[in-house]
Amino acid sequence: MSAPFDTTEKFSAYAHPSKLVSTQWLAQHRGDAGLVVVESDEDVLLYEVGHIRGSVKIDWHTDLNDKVNRDYIDGAAFAALLSSKGIARESTVVIYGDKSNWWAAYALWVFTLFGHDDVRLLDGGREKWLAEEREMTTDASSVTRTDYPVVERDDAPIRAFKDDVLGHFGQPLIDVRSPEEYSGARTTMPAYPEEGALRGGHIPSAASVPWARAADTDSTFRSRSELDAIYRDEAGLTDGDNVIAYCRIGERSSHTWFVLTYLLGFENVRNYDGSWTEWGNAVAVPIAVGTEPGDAPAPAPRR
Amino acid sequence: MTTDLLAEIREDFLALEQKDRLLLLLEFANELPKLPQKFQDHPDLLERVVECQSPVFIFVEVDADGLFHLHATAPRESPTTRGFASILAQGLDGLSVERVLAVPDDYPQSIGLNEAVSPLRLRGMSAMLGRAKRQVRERVEA
Repeated sequence: MSAPFDTTEKFSAYAHPSKLVSTQWLAQHRGDAGLVVVESDEDVLLYEVGHIRGSVKIDWHTDLNDKVNRDYIDGAAFAALLSSKGIARESTVVIYGDKSNWWAAYALWVFTLFGHDDVRLLDGGREKWLAEEREMTTDASSVTRTDYPVVERDDAPIRAFKDDVLGHFGQPLIDVRSPEEYSGARTTMPAYPEEGALRGGHIPSAASVPWARAADTDSTFRSRSELDAIYRDEAGLTDGDNVIAYCRIGERSSHTWFVLTYLLGFENVRNYDGSWTEWGNAVAVPIAVGTEPGDAPAPAPRR
Repeated sequence: MTTDLLAEIREDFLALEQKDRLLLLLEFANELPKLPQKFQDHPDLLERVVECQSPVFIFVEVDADGLFHLHATAPRESPTTRGFASILAQGLDGLSVERVLAVPDDYPQSIGLNEAVSPLRLRGMSAMLGRAKRQVRERVEA
């Protein structure tokens, strides 16, 4: 059973208004049967400091990433995780988090790899909820275990690998990192830990659109017209485009993937989660440096 | 050589289940002392640890008796970073400069938080320790 949709007027201009809920909607509906609220943050302890009553925590590092391989968890581990959080296959899941929902969008993208149908973001995330002085608690949430089915991950529609990018040249690429990372002046975003990319620069022909431009100062998504101005007018995307977005490890580009797919309605957007920590270390792949996108090399034939 | 208090902190963490290790880190976060007034009035004296994901600033003091003190500040919405700073501030407080410099650089990796917090996040704590040691050397040389 899915929860009712939020009919907030701002959302109606987006391509898929059903993917967002407002803080006001969540305050009214958070106790609804069939709805599970998930907090997903960059800071692994933030949920423990205080969370929305009844919400459960899912951490990108410790829950969603495979502990050994550089990959996401498999269907069995995802089923075990969601069962332990009280999420059923039919549940409506609303995810919220810190930093303008950056990690919440990442979690939503991983849920989508497993085809979880009704998963939404709280517009404005944790910051907006706090700014409105809505209730937070440190009380543990009572969870009724579910029996989430084992569903195989389906990467192809929304996840790109390095070979996909090599075969994609000539079609739009969006680099969502900071301008300094794009130009190659640095390999990690300002004030973040060095994650060990050997080379600086960007994938040739990629347009630079830092992810946070899609977020307003109160952490909500910018309006439809503002987003159209950024991604269509400025970055040159047009309907029907097949787009790949990337960043450093695929988290910031999940946010952009969400914007392009659900708010602007692009149907073929993939997130390249290998991103710069793979590309910037890979042997014999082309790199462009400086502020210009550079020319697209010929697409590599499919292996 | 690890100092006695840092070794105790490590044992406290290692004695716990993964989930409880996170809660102990939260206790440390809540215990991070407020900055002494002189640093609140002079934020320019503080050094930003740029390797940390959240804005955290540290300042090392070597007092008249040659003993080490670490002062740190990080936002309330960054409890993990506050916890790291608090472990170092408490574990190193009142030690001689020599003993601070003798703390192994891989101490953050040894306290059993790799699984609960993730190795990537622990790099922030290594950076804090590295910067604290560098500041100590500068104070002693000055």
